[in-house]
Amino acid sequence: MAARALEHIRICDFTGQLAGAGATKFLAAFGAQVIRIEDPTNEGRWDILRGGQPYVDERRGINLGGSFNNHNVEKLGITLNLRTPRARELLRELIKISDVVSENFAAGVFERLGLSFEELVEIRPDIIYVSNCGFGHSGPYRDFKTWGPIVQAVSGLTFSSGLPDQPSAGWGYSYMDHTGGYYMAMAIMMALHHRNVTGEGQWVDMACTEAGATLNGPALLDYTVNGRPLRRPGMPNSNRSQFPPMAPHGIYAARGEDEWLALACRDERDWAAFAEVVGEPWTADPRFADLAGRLAHEDALDARVSAWSRERERFETAARLQAAGVPATAVQRPGERIDQDPDTASWGLWPTVSHTEMGDVRVDGLPVHLSATDWAITRGAPCLGEHNELVFGELLGLSVAEVRALEAEGVL
Amino acid sequence: MTTPRPGALADLRVVELANERVAFAGKLFADMGADVILVEPPGGDAMRGYPPFLEDVPGPERSLAFWHYHTSKRGVVIDVDEAAGRDALRALVARADVVIESEPTRRLEALGLDHATLRRAHPRLITISMWPFARSGPRAGEASIDLTLLAGGGPAWSCGYDDHSLPPVRGGGNQGYQTACHYAVMAALVAVLHRDRTGEGQHIEVDMHAAQNVTTEAGSYSWLVAKQTVQRQTGRHAGVNMTAPSQVRCADGRWINGGLPGRRQRDFQAMLRWLEDLGLRDEFPQTAVLELGAQRERIELSRISEDPEVRAIFEASREAMNFIASKLSAYDFFEGAQRRNFQVGIIYAPEEVMDDPHFRERGFRVEVEHPELGRSFTYPGAPYLFHGSPWRIRRRAPQLGEHTDEVLAE
Repeated sequence: MAARALEHIRICDFTGQLAGAGATKFLAAFGAQVIRIEDPTNEGRWDILRGGQPYVDERRGINLGGSFNNHNVEKLGITLNLRTPRARELLRELIKISDVVSENFAAGVFERLGLSFEELVEIRPDIIYVSNCGFGHSGPYRDFKTWGPIVQAVSGLTFSSGLPDQPSAGWGYSYMDHTGGYYMAMAIMMALHHRNVTGEGQWVDMACTEAGATLNGPALLDYTVNGRPLRRPGMPNSNRSQFPPMAPHGIYAARGEDEWLALACRDERDWAAFAEVVGEPWTADPRFADLAGRLAHEDALDARVSAWSRERERFETAARLQAAGVPATAVQRPGERIDQDPDTASWGLWPTVSHTEMGDVRVDGLPVHLSATDWAITRGAPCLGEHNELVFGELLGLSVAEVRALEAEGVL
Repeated sequence: MTTPRPGALADLRVVELANERVAFAGKLFADMGADVILVEPPGGDAMRGYPPFLEDVPGPERSLAFWHYHTSKRGVVIDVDEAAGRDALRALVARADVVIESEPTRRLEALGLDHATLRRAHPRLITISMWPFARSGPRAGEASIDLTLLAGGGPAWSCGYDDHSLPPVRGGGNQGYQTACHYAVMAALVAVLHRDRTGEGQHIEVDMHAAQNVTTEAGSYSWLVAKQTVQRQTGRHAGVNMTAPSQVRCADGRWINGGLPGRRQRDFQAMLRWLEDLGLRDEFPQTAVLELGAQRERIELSRISEDPEVRAIFEASREAMNFIASKLSAYDFFEGAQRRNFQVGIIYAPEEVMDDPHFRERGFRVEVEHPELGRSFTYPGAPYLFHGSPWRIRRRAPQLGEHTDEVLAE
């Protein structure tokens, strides 16, 4: 097994859902000891994914949620009832030996637990504290509540995904929970590097809406520099190219029910190669002879491309276009890109983890490989309190009997 | 004026071989303080020719895409097709901590600048290679752009409309490239932390297609766990089971994303008070049903199919929100709903965040000087607020070859 790059890092982890849990999943995959803290009084249900669908079989229960497993592999799980003084004491002990405290509660929740940055620093002076919520810990919307779709709406990402004369298509999943988690992971590691260099910890206040708003940079500059908003007639039209200009560029019907093909011509070479594959007279239409013409008559061009593509099987068409060097792909269904795609298979993108109650389950792996310290994902998400003995025993020195007693008292 | 504190990556030097696929990764490093040297070929990177342009006039120093993706970097021109250029690049790499590129593999090998050769000479070096597919994998030769990454890698299947005669939608803004760049930087930071401790560098490969595949939430895990296929829906999560629409058009024609309506006593009470405040309590046809809801502690959604009263209350609360939305501007509805603890989001066009009071107060508008134009322009700000080692745009994107002499003389 490869060396574990982050095995010396301990994270006292209050994150949940995906926007937070996704961040610490990445770190855990590289060996960080991520200790997930959950409330025993509500069985960790602050994380609405715990116990939620999908399920591997007919069993249901707090430890059997498929999405929770996906986002929490390789972590340890403990319970702490922070309404009790003894649990708060144990948490202080844990923070003392942790490098990072991470959370994605609504703003103010952590403070009310008595865990503001100032208080964390008193426990451990070089602590790294990364908070992640919709609007951050300051500003007029500090108390507003969000989840992925709300973040995407406010940050402009919903609007910038859509077709003309239609409402926004937006994102059919919480793109900003994934991406908020990516920024949170970056923030934690950047702060760790800064601590390595200077010895100093710090607080990083992450607002997912701000992270999301940075993801439409050129459109923002077109507004602030040229005064041109994206809210204008005919826009957005996000299946077309924003930059650089290309035509054709889109997602076109293919043969069959709800089957689609994406293709584009990046330049005149691609267009000539495309025309040869198509082999129909319309490709010689003088209106389409150069990029300026194709852009000026893009609706007519798209109609022609669609009429051609809708008669054809999408994987075959994509292969013919690829053979001619033209970017093209079938719009793949989940089962196709997961079970039939030679790239994701050879990459090892879907590792199987062993979960204490669910058994063997496949999960999302990582799209990176590191030559010296690669990731490993083999252990499923923790069951509720699964690692109480390990953490309170080995790390904090309690005996098994003490752990059992604290569980019985409702502290753990 | 006090000197701003250095960013968290201020001790790192990154060499970026200019390419649209890696540009955003370089920006993420540079705005956190790394000295990112953008290496362009003679004539400049292709992105200099990408619209939109300053005042819509094309020119190598006028591309706003280039401006955005290359903030805080220094720029050099090196012709690697010349022996002197290759020597210059080698000398640059010798002083670098990280090299990031997305060049055809054989091209770098032919030039003697491939990661294996570079790392033999510099064991501390971290090299990052981004490619649309695994470089040595079965699909390595496929032509690919942002559109095909998002279409083939999963996102597009989940995005679009209830009406499936409309095509799936690729979200705008080059998110496919950006997602891959997020992973490139995350992996690089793992390698940086390993090197901090051991002195050892390493090579990182990023598969851009794989990056989309693991950024689809339920799209992937519904299949992985239960062999279920999600179906796209307008403006909300693709699902195995279809859900009610979530986008509502407000009185000013703009839209909000409404999310789940209320289920608790205080939610129904808040709706009734809001209707009252707006003078709409009598006009809303289902006020009496809401009042029923306000007498209950909460309604259980799981009982919706068997209990007609629960269903009526649930539907009345949805109707109440839609009714109020139809009477208010999108902003007033968003703000009013959130002040009453309802999770609602205004669907802003991207530029509208720049004028929003919350974004303004948190400093999201950042002024960047363009001294040669004698002007400054407003750029989008930080994705995260570091209190100890802040994000900062230190300078506008480099002009072509602006720092060649300075950097090569160092």
